[in-house]
Amino acid sequence: MSAFNAIGEDREVERDEYTPGIEPQATWCPGCGDFGVLKALKGAMADLGKDPEEILLVTGIGCSGKLSSYFDSYGFHTIHGRALPIARAAKLANPELEVIAAGGDGDGYGIGGNHFMHTARENHDFTYIVFNNEIFGLTKGQTSPTSPKGHKSKTQPHGSAKSPIRPLTTALTAGATYAARTAAVNPNQAQEILVEAIEHDGFSHIDFLTQCPTWNKDAKQYVPYVDVQQSDDYDFDVSDRREAADMMQKTEEALYEGEVLTGRFYHEADRPSYGQEKRELGEMPDEPLAERYHDDDYEWERSYDLLDPHK
Amino acid sequence: MTEEIVWRIAGGSGDGIDSTSQNFAKALMRSGLDVFTHRHYPSRIRGGHTYVEVRAGPDDVASRGDGYNFLLALGDSFARNPQEDAYYGNEEAKPLAENLDELREGGVIVYDEGLIDPEEIPDFEERVEENDWNVYPLDLRGMAREKGREVMRNTAGVGATAALLDYDLEHVEDLMEDAMSGEVLEANLEILEAAYQQVKEMEFSHDLRMPTGDHDEEQVLLSGSNAIAFGALDEGCRFISGYPMTPWTEVFTLMSKYLPEMGGVSEQVEDEIAAAALALGASHAGVKAMSGSSGGGFALMSEPLGLAEMTETPVVLIEAMRAGPSTGMPTKPEQSDLEHVLYTSQGDSSRVVFAPGNVMEAYEQTREAFRIAYEYQLPAIVLYDQKLSGELRNVDESFFDREPNPDLGETLTEEELAEAAHHASGKFQRFQHDPDNDKGVSPRSIPGQKGGKFLATGNEHTPEGHISEDPDNRVAQLERRLGKLDTIRDDLDEQEGSHQSYHGPEDADYGILTFGSQQGTVEEAVDRLNEAGHSVKSLGVSGVMPLAEAEITEFLESVDEALVVEMTASAQFRGLVQKEIGRFGPKMNSLLKYNGNPFEPHEIVEGFETIIEGSEPAPTTRFVPAAGD
Ligand SMILES: Cc1ncc(C[n+]2csc(CCOP(=O)(O)OP(=O)(O)O)c2C)c(N)n1
Ligand code: SF4
Repeated sequence: MSAFNAIGEDREVERDEYTPGIEPQATWCPGCGDFGVLKALKGAMADLGKDPEEILLVTGIGCSGKLSSYFDSYGFHTIHGRALPIARAAKLANPELEVIAAGGDGDGYGIGGNHFMHTARENHDFTYIVFNNEIFGLTKGQTSPTSPKGHKSKTQPHGSAKSPIRPLTTALTAGATYAARTAAVNPNQAQEILVEAIEHDGFSHIDFLTQCPTWNKDAKQYVPYVDVQQSDDYDFDVSDRREAADMMQKTEEALYEGEVLTGRFYHEADRPSYGQEKRELGEMPDEPLAERYHDDDYEWERSYDLLDPHK
Repeated sequence: MTEEIVWRIAGGSGDGIDSTSQNFAKALMRSGLDVFTHRHYPSRIRGGHTYVEVRAGPDDVASRGDGYNFLLALGDSFARNPQEDAYYGNEEAKPLAENLDELREGGVIVYDEGLIDPEEIPDFEERVEENDWNVYPLDLRGMAREKGREVMRNTAGVGATAALLDYDLEHVEDLMEDAMSGEVLEANLEILEAAYQQVKEMEFSHDLRMPTGDHDEEQVLLSGSNAIAFGALDEGCRFISGYPMTPWTEVFTLMSKYLPEMGGVSEQVEDEIAAAALALGASHAGVKAMSGSSGGGFALMSEPLGLAEMTETPVVLIEAMRAGPSTGMPTKPEQSDLEHVLYTSQGDSSRVVFAPGNVMEAYEQTREAFRIAYEYQLPAIVLYDQKLSGELRNVDESFFDREPNPDLGETLTEEELAEAAHHASGKFQRFQHDPDNDKGVSPRSIPGQKGGKFLATGNEHTPEGHISEDPDNRVAQLERRLGKLDTIRDDLDEQEGSHQSYHGPEDADYGILTFGSQQGTVEEAVDRLNEAGHSVKSLGVSGVMPLAEAEITEFLESVDEALVVEMTASAQFRGLVQKEIGRFGPKMNSLLKYNGNPFEPHEIVEGFETIIEGSEPAPTTRFVPAAGD
């Protein structure tokens, strides 16, 4: 019998079950795009019938990092930029947990950029949501890695000389097997994408466009989006790396030209996840490591049995 | 009869010095002797002068001792670099030239005349005469080439050693049969035998003989790194994440070797921030987990360390010290990361730090670190250094015959969670102060358990994990976290004997206080000082956070004056004692060494004599200059 009974129980879940039964400290501004992520995430989890207690939501620091305060599940609100390594290990320790990692663009593409690249490369099986508002929200409006070139802020009063990072192309080149962009202005598409991303067996990256009405009034996130899968103008094969790269380039250029292209850009279904690869190599046990600590019959090996070569 | 042999094998890094010395030490152990090894190597992968000493005697050997009495100089094969542009200069003779300073009077030298020309060492002949050394040039390379390959000249050297010391070759042969097979074994056995016979026919001028000894039970030969890995495994650790950095790498590679076989997981990740963060993630999900590094890498772990404290996530971090600051001296020991480990990361901290003094303590205290971390839900750190990491020592096999402990500490079952206190929001009160639990520990749930959901956050938080800046809640939570240290202090005080090491007569007038890896060397110095008519005892401290206040107080109260011995330049350990206990300031003097080499017993003897007995008033700090290099 599993020690974690909340896991894998199929049942109807109301989206309200993910709402904490307490008014959380209202730290998101009125009109903030982060509400859209929360809404879509609740909807997606309800669609999937996930018990709140089988979900571990690992967040970074920033307005975005507060997601774990507003979503009721097991949560780990960590440190700036480090949600990914914590999520990775939790998933390795208990592959049956539904792990979601989330953070902002500063959090995920700036301070945590190295982890982003390596998590994508290793193809860990969980979903990573990056709240992309092209600005540092919580620290009051500094330029972020996704702010457009020339963006003026208190730390770059003459405008930024840096080109914005290209999150989707970065994820694709690093090795992510699922990459999508969606926007808070369209919670329906966002929810659909989240469902697909969570079901995907491998690393799913979602660049989630969220508006920050407080610090970034001119961001393009208010512009109506185009869903590249729905639009006749953009016909491409979502499982083809080259075509995906091409489309990503289009959205990453278009974003700063005033048009927002969204949708699933890449979906590679058959690459084994990191956990599977490790299990096949004999580098990870078949059953969840965390279960073992609750199994009274498990025989713990001792170092005493390893002493022979030292005699 | 010879009391002890200190055999030094010298050559270039990459010449097999390490494996040869390990095998020889093991052969000596199997023949009934107690052994201890000391490793010296430069920060270079191949070439560059390196040596290992194996000290062997009939009784407990706890330090490298002073100097040595048998040199096997192999010649540095990597000095002959075929690419002229990368030529290192003619360094072939270094294994002979560089090792003469510490060779004791009357000692034996075997050098490889196939590679080393003593005429390159200008004062060699004079020094041999002056010190009454017995020199045996042998064509070790020639013997190796004749029956096998040039690299096997190590084996020829060991054969010659056995013949010169009247040591039964069988012990070495047995070991080779265990370690090798096929043609390689055949060739090595032939070389061993040939060298042995050739030397047996020579005339000897020395009177050193291999001592004999006897063990009551089966012995194992382990390094400090080995002991840490075994301690972790026995305490149920099944997850490690790391990034290589000398000398921590040894623990990391050992764990990576054992864990997959034992059903665990090892992860080499992108940097040390990630490494520590992964360990937290695994622990949060319900696994016993560890990470670690050396100075610079540990610096990167400072933020996850604080997160572990704030979220009360159990985790064990290993810190293997080397000389700093910054990249410092990668292959040289120092103890100067003490303050770094005690105080790194922001805020008022709740962490535990152990500094084991020898191989046995390394095992014991790694287990303790896990026990404490999981029982009290905080990070525990094992602080050791480059010296302890590589030194081998024989230990009774039965020492390791203990029950494993996979206990996660106070975690609730789903039945218990159903009964447990929940907040109106439905969240489990994970960080609740339970007045009945005087440990200050609030039982936890594991993600996936029914009825246990909570938020762990690095922000200050309420009992159920909601972020809060409420002043009363802040005080209650902070005091609960910090208060655990007092309970842990009491807990450790009850674990008799395994945390601090006393040595010498109880009523001694003087005391030597030390911490970590200098323990064995200090104890040997204490014996020698007492033999010389002084009245000295020592205390080796391994509980540095919480500091072993009761023991240190009792110790310092009972002596007239004390010498604090440590490998730091700023007297960090003495500073800690002064900060935590205060009133012994005037009684403490420091003996410091920070040139990259650990103390040798004679340095402590001399330091004691000059500082404690020689000067009035005693100076507070002294540097013992380098012996040799
Ligand atoms: C190591 C560290 N550096 C800096 C900070 C301060 N900090 C908190 S949030 C943040 C930026 C947040 O921006 P972003 O990740 O884009 O998230 P948003 O608030 O816009 O959702 C910074 C710099 C911190 N908490 N930790
Ligand atoms: S500052 Fe911006 S990102 Fe943060 S809550 Fe307000 S609107 Fe949202």
